[in-house]
Amino acid sequence: MTGGWHLIRLILRRDRVLLPLWVLILSALPAAYAASFAELTPTEESRALYARTTAGIPSIEGMLGPIYGSSVGALATQRAGLTLLIVALINVLVVIRHTRTEEDAGRRELVAATVVGRHAPLGAALLVVIAADLVLGLLTAAFMGLSSGSLLLGMSVASAGIVFAAVGAVAAQLTENAGPARGLALGALGVAYLVRAAGDATGSGLSWASPLAWSQYTQPFADETWLPLLASAGLAVLLAGLAGWLSVRRDVGGGLLPARLGPAGSTSLTGPFALAWRLQKGLLIGWSAGFLVFGLAFGGAVSGATEAFNGNPELAELFARLGGGVSLTDTFIATLLGMAAIAAAAYGIQAALRMRAEESAMRAEPVLATATARVPWALGHVVFAVIGPVVALVMIGAGLGLTYGADVGDLGQVPRLIGAALAQAPAAATLTGLTVALFGLLPRLSAVAWGILAICLLLGQIGALLQLSQAVLDLSPFTHTPRLPGGEATALPLVVLTGVATVLVAAGLWGFRRRDVGV
Amino acid sequence: MVSGLHKTFGRTHALNGLDLTVKTGEVHGFLGPNGSGKSTTIRVLLGLLRADSGSARLLGGDPWKDATALHRRLAYVPGDVTLWPNLSGGEVIDLLGRLRGGLNPQRRAELLERFDLDPRKKGRAYSKGNRQKVALVAALASDVELLILDEPTSGLDPLMEEVFRECVVEEKRSGRTVLLSSHILAEVEQLCDRVSIIRNGQTVETGTLTDLRHLTRTSISADLAAPLTSIPGVHDLVVDGTRVRFEVDTDRLDETLKHLTTAGVRSLTSQPPTLEELFMRHYQGVAS
Repeated sequence: MTGGWHLIRLILRRDRVLLPLWVLILSALPAAYAASFAELTPTEESRALYARTTAGIPSIEGMLGPIYGSSVGALATQRAGLTLLIVALINVLVVIRHTRTEEDAGRRELVAATVVGRHAPLGAALLVVIAADLVLGLLTAAFMGLSSGSLLLGMSVASAGIVFAAVGAVAAQLTENAGPARGLALGALGVAYLVRAAGDATGSGLSWASPLAWSQYTQPFADETWLPLLASAGLAVLLAGLAGWLSVRRDVGGGLLPARLGPAGSTSLTGPFALAWRLQKGLLIGWSAGFLVFGLAFGGAVSGATEAFNGNPELAELFARLGGGVSLTDTFIATLLGMAAIAAAAYGIQAALRMRAEESAMRAEPVLATATARVPWALGHVVFAVIGPVVALVMIGAGLGLTYGADVGDLGQVPRLIGAALAQAPAAATLTGLTVALFGLLPRLSAVAWGILAICLLLGQIGALLQLSQAVLDLSPFTHTPRLPGGEATALPLVVLTGVATVLVAAGLWGFRRRDVGV
Repeated sequence: MVSGLHKTFGRTHALNGLDLTVKTGEVHGFLGPNGSGKSTTIRVLLGLLRADSGSARLLGGDPWKDATALHRRLAYVPGDVTLWPNLSGGEVIDLLGRLRGGLNPQRRAELLERFDLDPRKKGRAYSKGNRQKVALVAALASDVELLILDEPTSGLDPLMEEVFRECVVEEKRSGRTVLLSSHILAEVEQLCDRVSIIRNGQTVETGTLTDLRHLTRTSISADLAAPLTSIPGVHDLVVDGTRVRFEVDTDRLDETLKHLTTAGVRSLTSQPPTLEELFMRHYQGVAS
C-alpha cells in the first residue's frame, strides 16, 4: 500500500463534486420516505393495515423486499430496498472508474512506475468507496433521527454498497477494459436483485443466496439484528481479498480473461452508421435483455397481488389512493413502468454520450477527416440513442405482458402492456434530445445530462413530498407521461414531448455542424 | 494554401497570422517546436476547427464549407492515433478506406506486408507504433491526391521509419502532394522539397532546404601561413597561433575566404550548416 495515501488524495480530488453529491442524495432518501409515510399513514391503524397488506402482496415484497413491523421507520426501511440497489450500483461504477478505467486509459501505468505499491491503486479505490459508504450510512441515520433502528438501517445500506464495491473490484481484475468489467459486475448485481426478488415474492429461503437480502434481514425498527451484516462484511473481505490476490497475478493493463484476435478485414463496416452499430450494439443488447428479464420476472409476480385484494375492498381502496391509480395490478405495473422510463432515459443518455466519448478520445477526428460529414456521423449514434430506449421499453412491456398474461390467461396483455410501456418513450427521448443538444451546443457540459436525469428522478420520488409547486414538478418530462396502464391515455403530452425531443436533437445537430471538433 | 490564419482557444493564441503554401506534387515539411500550432493548422485544413480570421484554401476549395468533398481527395494520419478498442486493425483500415471512398486492396496487402502489421489484433492490443501503422496503411492504401501526415513516424522503429520513407518517395513519384509535419530532421532532409518552420503560431521561415541553408552560418577551421588576429564579419572567432576557427554567415563566405588567403592558407575545412543547427536557431527562439 506504499503511496496509497497519495492515490486516495488523487481519487478525492477527481471526485470532489460527484462523491459528496451521491453520498448526500442517497442518504437523504430513506428519511424522505419516512416523512412521506408519516404524512400518508399518520395513524397506527393505517400503518398496520399497509404493512399487513404489503406483506400479502408477493410482487411488492419482490420489488422492495420484506416488510417488518408497522412503524414509520419500518415502512420507510422497506421502501429503501430500492435505495440499496442504487447504492450498490454506484459503488460498482465508482470502483471500476478508479481501477480498470484508469488502466484502460494507460494512466495506471504512469502511476505504477512511481513509488506506489502493487496493492495501492486497488486498495485506495476500495478505501475511498468504503469510507463513503460508511459516511452515507451515518448520514442516513442522522437524517432519520439517530436511533438504534436508523443506525442499523444506515449500516445495512452501507454494507450493500461495500459488498458490491468488492464485486466491482473483482470484475475489474478479470477483463481488459472497463466496459466488460462494468457489464460483469452489474450483471452480478442484477442476478442478486432477481434472486432476492424471487425469494421474497415466493417467501422461500432463496433470498439468503443474495447479499442484497442480508441488508434487509437486519429488520431495522423491528426485530433488530446486526448478524446478517457480519455475513456482508465477511463476503466483502473475501471478495476484496480475491481482487487483491488476482491483481498481483496479472500484468498491469492485462486481464485474466484472454483478449481474442479479431478479423483481418471487414466487409460490413461500410459507413458511419455501420460503425455506430458496432459501437452501440453492446449497449442495445444489454439494456434490451435486462428490460426483458425484469419484465418477465415482475410480470409473474403481479397476479399474486390481485388475489390478495379480492376479499378486501378497503385495502384495495387504500392502495389505489397510495398509487393514485385504479386497479392495484395496474397501479403496480404503472409504477414499474415509471421506473423503467427513468432507466430507459439513462440508456438514451449513455448512448448519446458515446458521441462525446468518441470525440474526447480523438476517435471522431480520423472519421470526420474522411468523406463522412458531421451530421451523418452524429445521426448514426442519435438513431441508437432514440430508438434503443424504445426497443428496451417494448421488451419490458412484452416481458410483463407474457408472464402476467400467461398467469391470468389473457395474452391480450402483451399488446396492452407494450403500449403502456411505449407511452414512456417520449419522456425518455426528451432526455436523449437534451444530451444531443448539450453535445452540439455546450460539448464540455455534455455529462450534465446525468445531473438533469438525477433531478428528474428526485422530483418524481420526493417532489410531491417536499410540497414543491406543480410548476416545478412540471419541469420533469416524466411528470407529463400518463400513468399507464389504468390511467387515462392522453395523446397531447406525448406529442408535445416528442416535439420537444425533436427540437432538442435538431438544435444539437445544428450546433455540432458549426462548432470546432475536439474541444 | 493558408494565409494570415488566426485561432484562439480561450486565452491561448494558438495561431497568430500563420502562412503556409504547399505546391501540388511536392513533399512539404512542416516544422516547429511542440505547441507551436502545427496540429491546429492541420485541423483547420481538415475543417475540424474554424479559424477566427484569415483564409485557408485546400485543393481549390474551402476546408470548412467543402469539407466532405475535399476529404474524398485526401488522407490524414493524426499524430496520436487512437483506435476503437474492440475493432481489429484490419477492420479500422477497411472502415477508414471505405469512408474516404475506396481502398486499393492490393496496395493494402502490400503495405501490411511491408509494415509487418498483424491486422487481426484488436485496437487495445496494439502498441503506439502499431496503431500508427494502422493509420498509415489506411492512408497510404487510399487513392487520394493529398496526404496530410502529422508526425507520422512517432513511435515507429528505425526499420519502419525507413519503410515509411520509401512509401513517401513512391507517393511523390506517383504525383501526390504530401504535407509532412515532423521533428525528425533526417526524415525531412531526405524527403522534403520545401519546408516551413513555425513558432508561436507564426511562420518564421519557408523555402527549399538550399534556400534555408543560405540563411545560416558555415563553420570554418583553417591553418594559416601567418597569424591573423582579426577577421572582419565573423562570429565566435578562436585564434590559436596560426590556427583559426570561426563561423561565418553564408552570404559573407566569399569575402572572408579572400581575407584568409591574404595570410596564406595551409589547410582548410569548412562545414556546411546542418539542419539541426538551422532548427536550433529557430526553436530556441521560443525560450528567449
